[in-house]
Order: sequence, then C-alpha cells, then structure tokens
Amino acid sequence: MQTTIFRLLPLLLALGLGPTLAADAPSNPRLDDQSQLTKAPSKAAGQTYFQPPSDSEIPNNAFGEQVRRGQDIFMNTKALAPDYVGNEMNCGNCHIDRGRKANSAPLWAAYPMYPAYRKKNNKVNTFAERMQGCFQFSMNGKAPTADSEILSALTTYAYWLSTGAPTGKALPGRGFDEPLPPKGGYDIARGQAVYEKQCVICHGDDGAGKKVGVTAVFPALWGKDSYNWGAGMHRINTAAGFIQHNMPLGRGETLSDREAWDVAAYINSHERPQDPRLVNGSIDETRKRYHADDGVNLYGLEVNGRKLGQGTP
Amino acid sequence: MHYIPVIALLLPLLAHAADGQSIMQKGGANPAALPCISCHGTDGKGLAAAGFPRLAGLPEAYIGKQLADLKAGRRENPVMQPIAQSLSDEEMAAVAKAYAELPKVNVKAGPLERPQPGSGAWLALRGAWERNIPECTLCHGPAGVGVGTAFPPLAGQSALYIENQLLAWRGSTARPATRHSKAVAAVPPSRRNDPNGLMQHIAADLSAAEIKRVAEYFAGLGESQEAFDESQHRLR
Ligand code: HEC
Ligand code: HEC
Ligand code: HEC
Ligand code: HEC
Repeated sequence: MQTTIFRLLPLLLALGLGPTLAADAPSNPRLDDQSQLTKAPSKAAGQTYFQPPSDSEIPNNAFGEQVRRGQDIFMNTKALAPDYVGNEMNCGNCHIDRGRKANSAPLWAAYPMYPAYRKKNNKVNTFAERMQGCFQFSMNGKAPTADSEILSALTTYAYWLSTGAPTGKALPGRGFDEPLPPKGGYDIARGQAVYEKQCVICHGDDGAGKKVGVTAVFPALWGKDSYNWGAGMHRINTAAGFIQHNMPLGRGETLSDREAWDVAAYINSHERPQDPRLVNGSIDETRKRYHADDGVNLYGLEVNGRKLGQGTP
Repeated sequence: MHYIPVIALLLPLLAHAADGQSIMQKGGANPAALPCISCHGTDGKGLAAAGFPRLAGLPEAYIGKQLADLKAGRRENPVMQPIAQSLSDEEMAAVAKAYAELPKVNVKAGPLERPQPGSGAWLALRGAWERNIPECTLCHGPAGVGVGTAFPPLAGQSALYIENQLLAWRGSTARPATRHSKAVAAVPPSRRNDPNGLMQHIAADLSAAEIKRVAEYFAGLGESQEAFDESQHRLR
C-alpha cells in the first residue's frame, strides 16, 4: 500500500493533495535512511573472523523453530513476506551465505551493535528499525511493524548467529569493507566493460537478472525488480565494497579496487525504483536533502545527458 | 505448379544438411559421427550406468557450446570427442536444436529442505562458503533445473556423469612415491571450458568424497511426471 502511495505521490502533489503526505514521510523515523556504517576494524594477519554457530547447534525447541523461521524469511523474503517486498529481492541476496559471510554485512556483526546512537539526528536506532530500513529501501517495500512475527523471527535468527559475539564492539568483517576510491576517479565506460565480461552471464544485459518460473535466481541490479534509490547499495562506494568481496559469485576478491568502483558506478548509473522519501516530487530537492552527502552516488546527477532519479514505471 | 519438382529436389539435400532428428537416429554424414541414440538413449535421457548424459531438454546454446568445446579440445573425452570432431557445424546446430526441443527435466518443488551439515544436500543447498563455494543451486537453479542457457540442469543427470565432470574439472595433483606406492604424476584438468572459471575452482576445492555425495544428491532428485506449477515459488 505504502509503495503505491509513493508511486502516486507526484500525481497527488499535482492535485494539491501532496503536502500532508510529504510532510508525514520524513518525520517517520523508519524512513530516515539506510545510512553508511562506520568503518569496521580490519582483521589482523593470522586472525580469523568471528564464527557464527553451525546449523547443527540449533536447539529443537520453540527457540530453534523461531531461528529457522527467521532464516527461511531471510532467504525467501519475496515468497514468505510478499506484502512487504516491492521488488524481487531477498535479504540473502546482499547478505551472502544466509547472513554469515564476513564483508557481506553479516548479521553476527550487526546485531550486537544495536541500539545505535546517531549523532546526525540525535536519535537512537534499534535493530528492528535497521531491518525496517532494508525493507523500505533494499526491498523497495513496506516495513513490517517492530512487533510483527516477521521482524521477531528475523531478530531471533540474528541473535542466534551472534552467539558469543561481544556487545557494542565492532568486529572485523562488519559491513562491506569498502576499497578506497581509485586514483583519477571511477569511470562508467570502463565499468561497462567489466560488466560485459564478468557479470552479464548472470545478471543479464538489461540488469534484470534471471528467474526460474517466478523465482528470482540471479537478482536484478537495476530496473523495477531491484533496490530503490534510497538503498545503501545505490552508493557507489558501498556497492564497490560488496562487489569486491562477493562478486563474481564464488570468485570474490578477484576484482581490483578500480574495477570494483567502475562496475559499481556502471550499475548505479541506471534507473531503479524512486526514493520513497521523494521531497515535493522534486529530484533536486531530494538530492539536496538525502543524497548530497550520502557517500558517492549519482541520484539527481546527469549521466549521458539524462538526469538520474526518475524512478521506474 | 512447376516449382514443385525443384522443391522435391532440394528437400533431401536440406534434410541431409540439417536434420537433427536424422542425426540422432542415424548419425551424421561422416560415419564416425555415430547415431546419438545408441549412447544417449532413444528418449535422449542418457544411460545412467555408463555415465552417458541426458541431452533431452538441455538448452540449445549449451549443447552447441559443448559440441564446439569437445571439437576444439577445451573439453576432452575419448568417447565423445571423436564424434564431435566428425560433426559439421551445421549438423551440430541442427542436433542441438532437436535435443533442446525434447522435454526438459521436471522436478517437483518439495517443502523447504533442512539439509544436514556435511551431507551432499548441504553442498547442493548451502555450499561451502568458507572455501568460496556457493551452493550449487545458486547457479544451477532451484532443484538443479538449470538457469538460462549457460547454467545446465544437474537434475536428470546420473551420479556417475556428475562425478566424472567434477573430476574432469579438478584433475589431480602429483603424489610423491612412498614406501608402499609409486609416485603418481599430476593429471591436468580435462574439462577447461567453463565461462570465466566459474566452475573449475569449485571442483578443485571439493574432496573426492564430497563430489560423490553431491553427485548422488542431484541424481537422487529423479524426475516427476507431474508438471511443476511455475507460478509457485521454489524455496531456498
Ligand atoms: C540490495 C542489497 C540489500 C538487501 C536486499 C538487503 N540489505 Fe541489509 N544492508 C544492505 C546495505 C548496503 C547495508 C548497509 C551496509 C553499509 O553501509 O556498509 C545493509 C545493512 C543491514 C543491516 C545492518 C548491518 C550492520 O552491520 O549494522 C542489517 C541488520 C540488515 N541490512 C538486514 C537486512 C534484512 C533483514 C534484509 C531483508 C529484509 C536486508 N538487509 C536486505 C544491503 C541490502
Ligand atoms: C555466476 C553468477 C554471477 C556472476 C557472474 C555475478 N553475480 Fe552478482 N549475484 C549473483 C547471485 C546469485 C547473487 C545473489 C546471491 C545470493 O542470493 O546468495 C548476486 C548478487 C549481486 C549483487 C547484490 C544483489 C543485487 O541484486 O543488487 C550485486 C550488486 C551483484 N551481484 C553485482 C555483480 C557484479 C558487479 C558482477 C560482475 C563483477 C556480478 N555480480 C557477477 C550471481 C552472479
Ligand atoms: C559411443 C557413445 C556416444 C555416442 C554415440 C554419442 N555420445 Fe555424446 N557423449 C558420450 C559420453 C560418454 C559423453 C560424456 C563425456 C564426458 O564424460 O565428458 C557424451 C557427452 C555429450 C554431450 C555433453 C552433454 C553435457 O551435458 O555437457 C553432448 C552435447 C553430446 N554428447 C552430444 C552427442 C551427439 C549430438 C551425439 C550424436 C551425434 C552423441 N553425443 C553421440 C557418448 C556418446
Ligand atoms: C558460480 C556458478 C556455479 C556454481 C556455484 C556451480 N556451478 Fe556447476 N557449472 C557452472 C557453469 C557455468 C557450468 C557450465 C560450464 C560449461 O559451459 O561447460 C557448470 C557445469 C556443471 C556441470 C556439468 C554439467 C553437464 O551437463 O555437463 C556439473 C556436473 C556441475 N556444474 C556441477 C556443479 C556442482 C555439483 C556444484 C556445487 C558443488 C556446482 N556445479 C556449482 C557454474 C556453477
């Protein structure tokens, strides 16, 4: 429902119905943003990443049931929580190995870091709110309420994965360990060449990914089935980190810093669903309010003579 | 009406140049291109016990690529390679098309599986990410039914064939002589045709026992007579 309202927003605005809705949006803390994580400490040579427990350690009781339910939703979000997913993504598409893989924003590194204080708006963000952000932006959907069955199951799963992790201490492997920007800046044309050589076989010429029946197998990188303009992955720096550690699938750590930045820029120079925080129906105002100092991103900027941030029909 | 004789004259030529069905049944123009059905089965579903793969319903582009790779030696096999080398490009294209038109493997979606760590099902559905091995179904599709034209189905293939392919990609490293055994020379991989090396490192990092287990898992999926409803999600 909420997504339909956002899609209708420009129309409503034109009809003079907008301001109340628009004013409502930013005051909702969940709609705030999917902000950048601070850099996690790097792993010392010889040290290993935190090891989440093995599936064989899931207890056979109501707690274990809830852990499994959370994992099932994490991996099959579109199928099991369809009312909250507006695109074709699953949480596990960006949090590899069921939220276990280091440098893929693993859940075991996330859970113990919440509630988190944010200086920017002098607010405290809970773990549930962080996941709600992923529903709104990464899944281009609508967030389940904090006390919903879906968020309870996801929280239980994340809690279980963090068994034995210290609370409030950033662990190596958190986030995506972003590479430094290449000297001389990124280049979209060079990124296209990387894409055509290394990514197109799975994600397709049109970035729409590939499906078997209705099930998305290779997720969409742009277009209507992908994350929206408000998602953390739309930042070139964030996508470069994810890609360098995790892509091409199974062959992470093979792209150079430059290749990772270039191909991240190529992906994020395509249209995707509109930022649900769209201010007064204006791309420029939205850029100013939400994108101007959100890492490196192309929202509201012109690429090849076209202003990005139009959204997808 | 006078053009009919011309067509009648051309038909056998056309048929010979590019009749996939006839190549399957009777072989190619070169007698060394044996009839495919003698090994791949009259229904194209292969011969499990001999490790002859299923060809029925594989993607046309995938079959064409394998024949070209066998011919060029990027994929080596003493039985199949000479046959591929005896097929003309046109014959390859025609027979690839004919096999792709046969029914695809059909696996019914079961309930969410809870594989046991260490089992073949675990590798197939969860992978071994500590070695950068994604779950096989992430590339070969849910239930191993294949994705697009580059990722072939594993469902419908026999354990022996799957195992042979993984071993072919893996090759083996040299072993020095011990008191009880002679030195064994390294065997380089005999299959080197995977795009961007997506498959090779996976086979290389699996143990022989893991290869057996995962091959048995896919072979055990069998084939369902009841068509799968494509509007239903397949769960991971
Ligand atoms: C399109 C990719 C994508 C999808 C899909 C996605 N996320 Fe995220 N997630 C991100 C990004 C990007 C970040 C921020 C990481 C950063 O800034 O380094 C993030 C951060 C998080 C964090 C906080 C991590 C931390 O260390 O604080 C949690 C928890 C999380 N996601 C859970 C989820 C859940 C639950 C879902 C499914 C509802 C989901 N994500 C779907 C990309 C995604
Ligand atoms: C062998 C197939 C394959 C190749 C090649 C591949 N990817 Fe992926 N990619 C995947 C799969 C599968 C996922 C989701 C992983 C999961 O769900 O476990 C994914 C996820 C992603 C995501 C996060 C999810 C999303 O839709 O935004 C990005 C970004 C991405 N890939 C970019 C790339 C880039 C860039 C390349 C080339 C350098 C690449 N991929 C190459 C299969 C592939
Ligand atoms: C004498 C037995 C024999 C005959 C006849 C034969 N094949 Fe094969 N074929 C094999 C074997 C054995 C393999 C598996 C090779 C390996 O293990 O790498 C194979 C593999 C293949 C493959 C690769 C399948 C895959 O999934 O990658 C294709 C394609 C193929 N054959 C096509 C044909 C065609 C077309 C014909 C007829 C012109 C034919 N074969 C005739 C034995 C045969
Ligand atoms: C990153 C993607 C990827 C993953 C993960 C993957 N494969 Fe593959 N696999 C491929 C590709 C691509 C091919 C086709 C290679 C070619 O074109 O010859 C292939 C081919 C195969 C074949 C040959 C099929 C035939 O008909 O000849 C077998 C067997 C196989 N894979 C088994 C596995 C198993 C078992 C796993 C899990 C342990 C696995 N694969 C995981 C990409 C992948």
